[in-house]
Amino acid sequence: MLRYTVRRLILTIPVVFGILVISFMLTRLSGDPTDLILPPDAPDSAREAFRRINGLDRPLISQFGTFVVNVFRGDFGNSLRFHEPALSLVMERMGATMELAVAVMAIAILVGIPTGVVAAYMRNTPVDISVRGVSLLGQAMPSFYLGILSIIVFAVWLRWFPSGGRGTWLHLVLPATTLSFQLIALIARVTRSCMLDVLGQDYIRTARAKGLSERRVVWLHALRNAFIPVLTVIGLQVGFLLGGVIVTETVFSWPGVGRLAVQAIYARDFPVVQAVVFLFAMIFVLVNLIVDLLYAAVDPRIGYR
Amino acid sequence: MTDTASAARDRKPSQFRLVMTRLLRKKSVLFCGTMLLIAVLCALAPGLIAPQDPYDQSLILRLKPPSFMEGGRDGHFLGTDHLGRDTLSRIIYGARITLLVSLLAVAVSTATGIAAGVAAGFYGGRTDAVILRLIDMQLSFPVILLVIAVVAVVGPSLTNLVIIMGLSGWPRMARIVRGAVLSVRGLEYVDAARAIGAGSMRIMAYHIMPNILSAIIVYASFELARMILLEATLSFLGLGVQPPTPTWGGMISDGRDYITLSPWVSLFPGLAIGIVILTFNILGDELRDALDPQLNHE
Repeated sequence: MLRYTVRRLILTIPVVFGILVISFMLTRLSGDPTDLILPPDAPDSAREAFRRINGLDRPLISQFGTFVVNVFRGDFGNSLRFHEPALSLVMERMGATMELAVAVMAIAILVGIPTGVVAAYMRNTPVDISVRGVSLLGQAMPSFYLGILSIIVFAVWLRWFPSGGRGTWLHLVLPATTLSFQLIALIARVTRSCMLDVLGQDYIRTARAKGLSERRVVWLHALRNAFIPVLTVIGLQVGFLLGGVIVTETVFSWPGVGRLAVQAIYARDFPVVQAVVFLFAMIFVLVNLIVDLLYAAVDPRIGYR
Repeated sequence: MTDTASAARDRKPSQFRLVMTRLLRKKSVLFCGTMLLIAVLCALAPGLIAPQDPYDQSLILRLKPPSFMEGGRDGHFLGTDHLGRDTLSRIIYGARITLLVSLLAVAVSTATGIAAGVAAGFYGGRTDAVILRLIDMQLSFPVILLVIAVVAVVGPSLTNLVIIMGLSGWPRMARIVRGAVLSVRGLEYVDAARAIGAGSMRIMAYHIMPNILSAIIVYASFELARMILLEATLSFLGLGVQPPTPTWGGMISDGRDYITLSPWVSLFPGLAIGIVILTFNILGDELRDALDPQLNHE
């Protein structure tokens, strides 16, 4: 287990390096960052001064070195719009984003897994077919469209929930349910197919043969074994979730990191964009690392090679 | 002569005909095929289908409801937007951008993915390790964030969108292709080809490619659905093809400010997105089943 953990940790080093390179290259893509940050009519003397102050006149490699050192000190530079450190702007909004993300995951797991189990158990009945139908629909609806639909129905017509902003738990309902819809569809589908595999196994027949109740067989024996692949899929969806909050926060005016990122992109506030890109990628890498290690801890067949 | 003729008659139907027959037996395929045909026709010749000019503004006709609702105007079947432009016509013209951008993006991601995947699977060893690391690296970014950040830097022109969206999709395709290559690489006919002196390029192009093609086609149809979603999201965020060119995502975004009184402005373009994505997902599912030789097709 220790050897596997160490090997897995070493494997993340090139990935983190790649993330650093991509976040760094973001502002260099169009050539000169000066063009992105200074107004187009800035005089050449101002451009020169800007380059010198920000070290843009040095070789790219040395600029990258400075960038990496600064990142590890938590310094992404100051936001061009708020004149505050980019990282603290992002961190201030991280709580709101995490609140949304955790709510979405919780809904997706609590609804998705039982739905998948029931669909597998009642295979090819109307229940199963309608679950499959809804999950196909869930994958076809863009989350921002679903968000707008839910605002029209639940905020404008029925007036049950507020249409945007953050505050009480009522504010959380619409953004969390719209964003979790696609995840529910995916988790239900994966759970269903894993359960179908497991339900055909010998040990399920044994469990039934020794007289266990059907409920116990399905929810304890079968689900526990079907859970591992489902866990991996859930881990992989953290990337989807981080992308999803960007759109959902924009639709519902949720004051989180995603909305900050979109506003920063409109305002060409690149230090903030870099900070968000880097942090989101790191969160994703970290979650996948944890999932992989959990996976190895749960399943003894993995890792001892 | 007669021998070859009778041989041709006795020959089993081609793989293509076999798959097509299997597909066309299904009602869902016929339905989705029809939907797809309509979308393609809209994209190819919007001028022939659209009832109005999609750019034609009218202050008197602002935010009119669909013609089948109270207060609707004849000739504006799905109503008008905040500038008095005909929604139906804009949806029809919007099909062009959506399908064009997504198709080209899928072409880019498929081509890059095949090249990387075949190289990784066929050569193995260090090439494989490097390509796998690159795949992991790119997959560790939330795609949407990366794409909107890059589009914001380089600007949302059609070419940029196609390249960036296309490059955002290559790692998944590369993974699928690599897996497929690995499963056929060790088979006897590849060894046989090598034994008679075929070079690497020839083996990859003539012996491996035909056998992994069905996996690629199936994945590409799902990828197309994903690209349509991505294009819609980018246009919704204002980072797609720029106005006044109609895009479905952009139309939904335009309607956001009016959803209290005129929800239909956002409603219909979203339906168009949903239907097209659903179509590609269902076709992908059916295609996978039809191409699967192990499934019972009777």
